[in-house]
Amino acid sequence: MLSIIRTLWDVFLHAFRKRVTIQYPEQKAYLSARYRGRIILSRDPEGGERCVACYLCAVACPVDCIALQATEDSTGRRYPEFFRINFSRCIFCGYCEEACPTYAIQLTPDIEMGEYSRQNMVYEKEHLLISGPGKYPDYNFWRVAGVKIGGKDKGQAEREAPPTDLRSLLP
Amino acid sequence: MISPYPAVTLIAVLFGALTIAGGLVWAERRLLALWQDRYGPNRVGPFGLMQTLADMIKLFFKEDWVPPFADKWVFIMAPAIVMFTVLMSFVVVPFAPGIIISDLNIAVLFFLGMSSLGVYSIVLAGWASDNKYALLGGMRAAAQMLSYEVFMGLSLMGTVLLAGSFDLVDIVNAQRHMWFVVPQFLGFVLFMIAGIAETRRLPFDLPESESELVAGFHSEYSGMKFGMFFVGEYIGILLVSSMITVLFFGGWRGPVLPPIVWYFIKTCFFLGFFILLRAALPRPRFDQLMAWGWKLMLPLSLANLLVTGAVKLAFFH
Repeated sequence: MLSIIRTLWDVFLHAFRKRVTIQYPEQKAYLSARYRGRIILSRDPEGGERCVACYLCAVACPVDCIALQATEDSTGRRYPEFFRINFSRCIFCGYCEEACPTYAIQLTPDIEMGEYSRQNMVYEKEHLLISGPGKYPDYNFWRVAGVKIGGKDKGQAEREAPPTDLRSLLP
Repeated sequence: MISPYPAVTLIAVLFGALTIAGGLVWAERRLLALWQDRYGPNRVGPFGLMQTLADMIKLFFKEDWVPPFADKWVFIMAPAIVMFTVLMSFVVVPFAPGIIISDLNIAVLFFLGMSSLGVYSIVLAGWASDNKYALLGGMRAAAQMLSYEVFMGLSLMGTVLLAGSFDLVDIVNAQRHMWFVVPQFLGFVLFMIAGIAETRRLPFDLPESESELVAGFHSEYSGMKFGMFFVGEYIGILLVSSMITVLFFGGWRGPVLPPIVWYFIKTCFFLGFFILLRAALPRPRFDQLMAWGWKLMLPLSLANLLVTGAVKLAFFH
């Protein structure tokens, strides 16, 4: 009986506590930089697309919401011909970001993507690509990878040893 | 002491009760939120006051569905009964001198009778739904409301003994010098517990108990038929708060302010207390509820009645 009265009093005292609600459209909650929200495709510091269309994100995706098609430009750089994310399927698990070898696909702290039409939830490459490098400002895959592309031969990447001359017998 | 324009009083009481019940839905959600450190509905209109209106519009546009397996006419009648009985009880509530629809000389008995009839609504709703959860809810309601009615009536008898009348206006007038809550404190506590059980409010909402029985007796109800149960429950709370005010807290009596304002303040206090009970207390097990009713409340109310009678006979005869 006493515990009931005690409970009533304790609950009543909550009337004078601070309310925890964040009044959403006016106030916004702080989302950390690592928050897993809307997915973007970033560019390298030189402005080129980072994505090399390796399909690892599409493979890693547990709900199969990523679709893309690889192609190559005239310099030999691979890039996606189209890159499509169906956000009405996406569960924002971040596995695509983990799988990505070039830091191209990244999740951002943006959650305001409500739409009236389901079709509008399908984002194409032009919706996904941003103009900057995202979370990794200095990383440039094509500058560190030992892959030959137009304007950069084997051995010219950062910290890459010159290629071995297979025809030479010298050690 | 009936007003010269009974029709005006009738319409005022009807609209007043329904409006306050609607406002109570809003007030309950806001107060629960306050005690849970939230805001509650605060978007529709100033302070969210129009929330109930928005809910009503939503309920009206819902499909008015009767399950094919239900007993159709009983299913439709059941929500009307609860509204009818609760609104009928307001006939005898004296709000202020002259603001009473019918000054019955057996008003207390009329109130008890109407609240007993209210059980039919719940039981029939549970029965007509032809759904095991609804039926379980209806059965619980029947057992709970019948057992708690027994000592609800008995707990009032002390007040009736002191006032010497079943007439609610006489009872209020008899509290000229002292509110009956002082000599009848036990009766007040018992009546309040019985009142919560009668309105099926949260510590005693076993007929509904959404964590066990889906929604209990109104599992199959939707749209405005559900709305009738909902509004019926809130008018029931208003009724029980009014009765506590009238029977134990001197009704409209109070200094300075006009009588109707005093009546309103006191009733609002108990409405708030009912909501606090809902915010704070968990629901007991059904056997605990029944054991409480028969083994604790009933003997206490009988003892209260006996002592009151003895004191009245010995000192005031």
